[in-house]
Amino acid sequence: MNEKAARSVLYLDGVSVSFDGFRALNELSLVIEPGEMRAIIGPNGAGKTTMMDVVTGKTRPDEGDVYFDGTVDLTKLDEASIASLGIGRKFQKPTVFESHTVWDNLELALVDGRRPFTAIFGTRTPSEKERIEQILETVRLAERRNVRAAFLSHGQKQWLEIGMLLAQEPKLLLVDEPAAGMTDAETEATAVLLREIAKEKSVVVVEHDMAFVRSLEVKVTVLHEGSVISEGSLDHVSADPRVIEVYLGR
Amino acid sequence: MIVGRFLRNGLDWRAGLVILVLVATAILVPVLNLAVSPDSAWHVPTYLVSLVGKYLSFALLALSIDLVWGFVGILSLGHGAFFALGGYAMGMYLMRQIGSRGVYGNAELPDFMVFLNWKELPYAWYGFEHFPYAALMIILVPGILAFVFGWFAFRSRVTGVYLSIITQAMTFALQLAFFRNDLGFGGNNGLTDFKDILGYNIQADGTRAMLFATTALMLALFFLICCALVASKFGKVLVAIRDAESRTRFIGYRVENYKLVAWVLSAVMAGIAGALYVPQVGIINPSEFAPANSIEVVIWVAVGGRGTLVGPIVGALLVNFMKSYFTTGTLAQYWPFMLGGLFVLVTLLLPKGIVGTLAGFLRRERRPVEPTPPLTTAAREDIGPAVTNPAAAE
Ligand SMILES: Nc1ncnc2c1ncn2[C@@H]1O[C@H](COP(=O)(O)OP(=O)(O)O)[C@@H](O)[C@H]1O
Ligand SMILES: [Mg+2]
Repeated sequence: MNEKAARSVLYLDGVSVSFDGFRALNELSLVIEPGEMRAIIGPNGAGKTTMMDVVTGKTRPDEGDVYFDGTVDLTKLDEASIASLGIGRKFQKPTVFESHTVWDNLELALVDGRRPFTAIFGTRTPSEKERIEQILETVRLAERRNVRAAFLSHGQKQWLEIGMLLAQEPKLLLVDEPAAGMTDAETEATAVLLREIAKEKSVVVVEHDMAFVRSLEVKVTVLHEGSVISEGSLDHVSADPRVIEVYLGR
Repeated sequence: MIVGRFLRNGLDWRAGLVILVLVATAILVPVLNLAVSPDSAWHVPTYLVSLVGKYLSFALLALSIDLVWGFVGILSLGHGAFFALGGYAMGMYLMRQIGSRGVYGNAELPDFMVFLNWKELPYAWYGFEHFPYAALMIILVPGILAFVFGWFAFRSRVTGVYLSIITQAMTFALQLAFFRNDLGFGGNNGLTDFKDILGYNIQADGTRAMLFATTALMLALFFLICCALVASKFGKVLVAIRDAESRTRFIGYRVENYKLVAWVLSAVMAGIAGALYVPQVGIINPSEFAPANSIEVVIWVAVGGRGTLVGPIVGALLVNFMKSYFTTGTLAQYWPFMLGGLFVLVTLLLPKGIVGTLAGFLRRERRPVEPTPPLTTAAREDIGPAVTNPAAAE
């Protein structure tokens, strides 16, 4: 491991993943600095979601290194351990606990009390209640706290999921297509919310919506067929002939 | 502890009503059987006491399935195995109480062992003459089997239909094993001809009434425990696993541990149900392991209402009363078709079962349509990389 890895919050080097001979990730390398927000774009099937699967322990890479916080080898851990280390993930398709209320969804995501017997006998402290209130404000769901998640609108589910990420108090957030299916106003509000979050945490956002990516004002990585083909400011990558070819050529 | 907190937080009226009815039944039925003269219209005959007592043990079995199926989404088609193991542990205790009153008059060995020309008691039977030891085994044997089974199944992430199939295989394998004489549990005749339980004649009206009361109270106790568990954070995690298992993992919960705790508790409940069943029916044999039995219990739960805790009790009682009504007359041979038809009807018309549908009516004014819980976890395991649905992405 090199010095670059040691300083990074997330470090991927030469990561490859194959599904039945099909290479979803092809020697992918990526470094996220502490406190950085990074946008990842790329056509469908580029491997963006698979990259998140590798980081969160859902998929094991065939080869390559994946390090968190410079030293923790993520390829050896399962989902629950990785989540406890402080890596939170929002799915591409919003997944919240539909039978539970907004409040309960957030309460379940709070950092402590992960063990079965703690969950049976433990009780909630006032500070935890305060924390949930705070998150409800942040994700603008305070009025809907007692509503079952199944009854939320699509955009509200996306926000609830982001709220659950915050409750986890992660150091690194992986956010897969947060603006998918949102109205323009919701998309805008989501960008504001993510920028707010990025002040304290490292964030990796996957998104298709160029207007959304532009409004984030961050460094962009372009993925294609499982590898990075370009990296830099949005203007820089938009001018890159390879990126133009990938986007126009499909 | 947890039950106390649950009680302090105010008992849900439905749960309170169920417990009240069960406790009242536990007191009233024995009184009406023992203290009221047989000529009175209020007299409850002993055969009815044992019949209802048997159904209450079935209700406990159904409740145990609801805990894992209704709240974690694990559809067990093998809970009959835990029920039967608890039943065998009780049966072994009852066999040892016979002593020299057996046909062969052997004080040490049960009749079937004398018949097989065995000379001494197998190790597995040691200690079963003591009730506390037998009681411990009633809990430990199903509990340990469930622990080992669950440990491997949940760790290797077997879910949905595959899990249901291996639970069937488990109970079928045990049935075949218990059919064998050389396993030492009475072969296909099983264990029967019991005489005493805790020193009381097992045929006596008083003993039967006590067994009835014990069953009703046990059911009330485990119902209360289940209600408290489901209302705790633990219960919320279980439902979270049922709704979105991957999500629960990515928040940082060890899903397999939660499943294991619920699964083992459920198996212990089923074992206790079996132990209460055996003295009331007077026999335990390998047919209790039959895969079809386990499936029937799932039908009771579905009819009553999955994921409601009250539903399985209602369903078990209702279906079994119907069964005893219809299987005595000329309609007897059609019962399997009626049961099958009932299941199809309920699945199509009342997907939430009787209790679930009634609860839905009561809530209608305040809330929009309730989302139905997914039938299996597998059906909802659709997050993650499989969601490479280009339409959803753009
Ligand atoms: N579990 C899997 N099994 C087989 N193929 C998969 C699996 N997960 C992803 N893939 C394939 O890998 C490629 C990359 O998918 P994905 O990472 O979801 O792309 P993106 O999120 O960039 O649209 C796609 O072609 C997809 O079909
Ligand atoms: Mg994707």
